[in-house]
Amino acid sequence: MAAWQNLVNFLGPDLARIIVGLVGVLALVQVNALFLVWLERKVAAHIQLRIGPKEVGPFGILQTIVDGIKLVSKELITPRHVDRKLFVLAPIAVFLPVLVSFVVIPFSERLLIRDMNVGLLLIFAFSTFNVLAVLVGGWASNNKYSLLGAVRAVAQNVAYEIPLLLTVLSVVMWSNSLQMSEIVASQSKVWHVFWMPVAALIYLICALAETNRAPFDIPEAESELVAGFHTEYGGMRFALFFLAEYSNMLIVAAVATTLFFGGWKSFPGLGFLPVPGLIWFFAKTYLLIFVAIWVRWTFPRLRFDQLMNFCWKIMIPAALLHLIVYAGIIKLVR
Amino acid sequence: MANEFLEPITEQTFYLNMGPQHPSTHGVLRLFLKLDGEYIVEADPVIGYGHRGHEKMAESHLYEQFLPNTSRMDYLAGLIFNHGYVAAVEKMAGIEVPPRAEYIRVICAELNRISSHLLWFGTYVMDLGGFTPFLYSFDDRENILDILDRVSGSRLTYSYCRFGGVSRDVDDEFITATHQFVERLRSRWDDYHNLVTKNVIFIHRAKDVGVINRELALRFGCTGPILRAAGVPYDVRKAEPYSVYSELDFEIPTGTKGDALDRYLVRLQEMEQSLHIIEQALERLPDGAIKAAVPNKVRPPRGDYYFAVESARGAVGFYIVSDGTSYPYRLKARVPSYGNLQVLTEVLPGTLVADTISILGSIDIVVPEVDR
Repeated sequence: MAAWQNLVNFLGPDLARIIVGLVGVLALVQVNALFLVWLERKVAAHIQLRIGPKEVGPFGILQTIVDGIKLVSKELITPRHVDRKLFVLAPIAVFLPVLVSFVVIPFSERLLIRDMNVGLLLIFAFSTFNVLAVLVGGWASNNKYSLLGAVRAVAQNVAYEIPLLLTVLSVVMWSNSLQMSEIVASQSKVWHVFWMPVAALIYLICALAETNRAPFDIPEAESELVAGFHTEYGGMRFALFFLAEYSNMLIVAAVATTLFFGGWKSFPGLGFLPVPGLIWFFAKTYLLIFVAIWVRWTFPRLRFDQLMNFCWKIMIPAALLHLIVYAGIIKLVR
Repeated sequence: MANEFLEPITEQTFYLNMGPQHPSTHGVLRLFLKLDGEYIVEADPVIGYGHRGHEKMAESHLYEQFLPNTSRMDYLAGLIFNHGYVAAVEKMAGIEVPPRAEYIRVICAELNRISSHLLWFGTYVMDLGGFTPFLYSFDDRENILDILDRVSGSRLTYSYCRFGGVSRDVDDEFITATHQFVERLRSRWDDYHNLVTKNVIFIHRAKDVGVINRELALRFGCTGPILRAAGVPYDVRKAEPYSVYSELDFEIPTGTKGDALDRYLVRLQEMEQSLHIIEQALERLPDGAIKAAVPNKVRPPRGDYYFAVESARGAVGFYIVSDGTSYPYRLKARVPSYGNLQVLTEVLPGTLVADTISILGSIDIVVPEVDR
């Protein structure tokens, strides 16, 4: 006990908090991926008139753990023609920024690892880093399909970052802060989604594109590019890409919850229920993820040029117009 | 010598081997693509990976023994290939087929055509990234496989037709099951249209993509839905009616532009027409024998014979040279996918990699049929 106290004293409360938080986030990311893969398979199965995994554990909930063990136990194959260093680095690089982004997300009133005044900025700065890892992985694989996938990923993510940030900017102007807790606090009466439905819609569409989800899953379009940028990856390295994808889904959904759907606050009219904010937060987040899964298993994939046209000709002007209009409204109201 | 590394790269293009192992080349097709970024400069379909030498095999087999080979050429429309081969030999040997057998053949062939089109529908939408319609269409297709399994004993390579008739008679259960299937599929069209046909993304991916116009289709000898989507109402069932098709009432759906969307719509309408044919044939199904008396070994008289039927992918013709023995001297199968595939060299250049998949999917090739 004394040693523990000494350690905390030595590190200081902030650092200790961050270390504990990161361990917690690591656990959350793993559990989330296990749960989301199961959820995705189950929802997809029911959409497709199937029943999905059901053998391992109740309702097949342990299926992902078994799959994970299989992936971990596989040999890590490094093909001879790849750029070795970059090839090994890419799966790690794709996964690390994911961890950092969780640091500033307010899961509940108290549960917030670090309440930074530039929290929102931090999330978007680190989520962009993800693209670099994908590019490195695709390039290092030295495979034409991987390269095409990586190029598509970069073009798509860079393009969709713009409308995403523009809509987020209008939220920031509305709540007058970049601090995540402040943004939640500004929604105590009315959620932002009711003030800015268009911004929420643009954000959700861009978030689908940012996480490479169908109908924007162009970088890994399996019917065109085999497996896109991770064609050459197998075993645990593939699992890391996979983990990053599902963690990214959680991040964009969590950010959407914070920005537009009142964060950890209750659903409108249900505030009297004795439910902690954490439950509300995850309920909203997984509801948004459910919508993403629903969309994925309903729509076909867009073509690359159509995707880019949609972004540059529709999304960006719409987001820009939205920003200008709301800037005017805010100026008039305040 | 170091300077050669500093010279700018002048070559803008690179080569990509799509296939023979690729999720969307539907079997062992290899597309040799020259790409400029994602745009295709040249495309060369390379075939032969599924070559089994069926035509040569025919020369050392009795006429009867070659029958199972025919359904292995096109495994998705095996019954129609059986029908074509059997009808060709019947024409050679002058065998009269009892009317009940002809009607059963037509019903089963149309069921087979629908099952082939349903599979195409599912895989085409899957090529475009929509996974769910695939399972919907396979669910419907399973009914056909069950029906044909009951009557022929096989789900894919039927070998159901025999010289002078069919191998087994159909019973009441077959008739009720087929009626039920017709009802069921009709009630499913709404789902298909809501899920796929009216989907904005699907329309964007299929409209004006891979236009094979009338002139191009005729030049390459395309048949089937590709030719009809280009606006040429050619269908062997109408142009040179065989079996009992002349007694049945049906239309030939055609498109106008010949793009992937037209081919899609033509196939969906064809399924509806096939349902219509099945209903009429079930209504008129006469009683009587299902097989004419045919000698154990067919010995067609000396000569050249050709007989064509309409498969799910176009005109299938069997050209058989007989030297008067019980073995064919030479057998040549004219398969639709071969001509349909060659048109890719003209259509693909200038399109994107993603469109390649859409075009290849919309053409609906069966590689073992091309390679034989």
